[in-house]
Amino acid sequence: MFKLLLCSRYLRSRYIALASIISVTLGVATMIVVNSVMSGFQEEMYKRLHGILSDIVVESHGSNGIEDVASLENNIRDILGDDLEGLTTTVHIPSMLTFQVRGQWITKQVNLIGIDDQTYASVSDFSQYLLHPQNRERLSFMLREGGYDKRLRDAGRQYRRMRVAAERYQEEQRKQMELQTTDAALNESLVQDESAEVQTANVPSETDHNVADQDHANELLAGEDFDLDLAMEGGLSLNDINVPDDPFAQLDDAPQHVFDPAKEEWTGIILGISISNIRHRTPEGEVADFFLCRPGDDVKVGFPTAGKKPEIAFADFTVVDFYESKMSEYDSGFAFVPIRRLQELRNMIDPATGEGAVSSIQLKLAEGANLELACQKLREHYPAELFPYRIQTWKEMQGPLLAAVQMETTILNILLFMIIAVAGFGILATFFMIVVEKTKDIGILKSLGASKKGVMSIFLGYGLSLGCVGSGVGMVLGLLFVVNINSIASLLESFTGREVFDPTIYYFQQIPTVIEPWTIGWIVLGAMLIAVMASVLPALRAARMHPVEALRYE
Amino acid sequence: MNNAVSPKSQNAGLASGVHSLRGPHFDVPVNSASDGSQRTPASTSVAIRATGLKKAYRKGNVVVPVLKGVDFSCREGEFTAIVGQSGSGKSTLLHLLGTLDVPDAGEIFFRDCRIDNIHPAKRDALRNQQFGMIFQFYHLLPELSTLENVVLPQMIRNGVWGYWKQRRALRARAMELLETVGLSHRLRHRPKELSGGEMQRVAIARALMTNPRLLLADEPTGNLDHETGEQIMHLLTSLNKDHQLTIIMVTHDQLIAKRAHRTVQLVEGCVKTI
Repeated sequence: MFKLLLCSRYLRSRYIALASIISVTLGVATMIVVNSVMSGFQEEMYKRLHGILSDIVVESHGSNGIEDVASLENNIRDILGDDLEGLTTTVHIPSMLTFQVRGQWITKQVNLIGIDDQTYASVSDFSQYLLHPQNRERLSFMLREGGYDKRLRDAGRQYRRMRVAAERYQEEQRKQMELQTTDAALNESLVQDESAEVQTANVPSETDHNVADQDHANELLAGEDFDLDLAMEGGLSLNDINVPDDPFAQLDDAPQHVFDPAKEEWTGIILGISISNIRHRTPEGEVADFFLCRPGDDVKVGFPTAGKKPEIAFADFTVVDFYESKMSEYDSGFAFVPIRRLQELRNMIDPATGEGAVSSIQLKLAEGANLELACQKLREHYPAELFPYRIQTWKEMQGPLLAAVQMETTILNILLFMIIAVAGFGILATFFMIVVEKTKDIGILKSLGASKKGVMSIFLGYGLSLGCVGSGVGMVLGLLFVVNINSIASLLESFTGREVFDPTIYYFQQIPTVIEPWTIGWIVLGAMLIAVMASVLPALRAARMHPVEALRYE
Repeated sequence: MNNAVSPKSQNAGLASGVHSLRGPHFDVPVNSASDGSQRTPASTSVAIRATGLKKAYRKGNVVVPVLKGVDFSCREGEFTAIVGQSGSGKSTLLHLLGTLDVPDAGEIFFRDCRIDNIHPAKRDALRNQQFGMIFQFYHLLPELSTLENVVLPQMIRNGVWGYWKQRRALRARAMELLETVGLSHRLRHRPKELSGGEMQRVAIARALMTNPRLLLADEPTGNLDHETGEQIMHLLTSLNKDHQLTIIMVTHDQLIAKRAHRTVQLVEGCVKTI
């Protein structure tokens, strides 16, 4: 009983010990904050990684892919039974994506994925990350009239018509300008003094246009050299994709079917948003997006065909939507097209059966099914030695990244725990001083018959209660910080003028946090343990004190 | 723990004397005059006995012998004073008797039970339940109030639950004891708010809390002025007289020693009976 009484009295009268426990409080609070934010990031990342990846992927090594798809599908259904919830087939192929921006061709390296719009949504959260709300509900490769994300007001079929009209108008302007400038150049080369006359003659013809048109004309004039070069070099390919750069060609080839971008579209393609997006900050500090191409624009994709000797094939697609998972790796590298079209283009369809080969089969497991076990089962049926399949869970596919994040969390935790351990040494020193200060009291207690154990437990209890107070306060502080982390971040921003959490870098608008009760429990327990362990040595010293010497101590 | 010492030769009638301290009739004649003469104790049975006690303090290679073979005994109900010059070993003897220290050689018996070599836990229990100790510098715990200081030995004796069950009775007893020593108005004060005499009276009340058989006093008046010292001595003699409490007191003051039944003089670590 005296232990409890003395413990509480020492706690109330020795504020120096409370000061030493502040370090534990801060350590605990920091650990809670860091862990919550880290697991917030991790969860967000898991969600995003898993969002695009199905649970298990059966991949083929070869370029030709899995040819006997139906029987493999049936076997997988038999092996997994009720654990299997969804199954879809995909074709993956590295490819080159090109599109034209203001006369310039831009090339991007992408991973072209052929997906089945009927079943792909059943294995992953892919459609959740599309920008058009209707596509989110029901995946489709059709171009919508409009109504995309608020960042994409100018997108869709309507935009496409306007763009084509504008392009055609500009093209006409350009042709006219071209004629005029070639005339001017001709005149210039002929006679120097006549050139002034020609220039003045040109002026009245330009006064017909409004100012905006003149600007356009000047722009075109500036980029003229480039356009001409390109037209000469890639004249063939320009004709292939039917960009109406040659109005006379259209007139000439009237009977032949000509692709009219104002009325028709190519097969749809869904691009990762970062492929065409440039994120920047306006002078007002707002985050703004600029799109190099948008739904309604056409792109050209080059990829190897299947077969004994892969050849490069080119095909046109119309962008129908963007995909924004906020994982930059995916958003900047993936483009999705309908699987059937890709199989056709790559010659993957068996002419006899009409069945297309696929490069992977994606599986989704039912809720609560054991991921590793299911994967193991499939591996047993399709050992890598006998079948050209690679069977992986999504965690294995993203293993290095997940491991890196895990490692980061672990190291941070170790470092922060070191801080608490350092705090433990502070407690140790303070406790030693308190024991020295209390030498006489220890002597008195011993003379009154207190046992070694009793004296020791006073100081152990003291350490424990300090640990409780320190980690308890730390826990409350940490949780308060985590709950209000975004307001604290904005407060810090307003004080320091520096952005704490930059959405242009992280893609999150807010700092994600997850409070894990178990983690917090372990942190608090660890801190208490350290406080108790730090009080063991002083407590032992107190217990071993000789009563007579302790009583004589001045 | 109570049977750490089996009181074989216990005189039941005398032993119950201390228990009667509970009674409200107990009154301390603080101001009554004392004749100061040597009185004879009421009993012939031995309370504590030591034979051939030796104790030396070592500091590095230097050995300072303090006790060089002391024989000492004290009967039940006897008030014995140990006198001697500073450094004669009287405090050491008292500590040995009170099991606060262990002799290098010799034996100590408390009611015919050897106590110098028993297990530390038994020794702690013995100190707690059979012995009461008071010191020159009072040795109260500064964090605790007067009342808590007095109850402390019972807190040490009982666990949390045990104390909680009988806390009212124990607190009532502590208040009675404080009333006995004339400090019932000082229950909530901290030791540093009390005078020296008051502190010593609190220490006496604390020593009596567990109904000890033996009171060991180490210079109880050594730090007090003459008048206050007188009051403390009155308290001790009346405790001895009215309740047959065995008291062994160490003092360097011959006048104070005269109040005891018997004086044992220590000279350079040896007993010289007067």
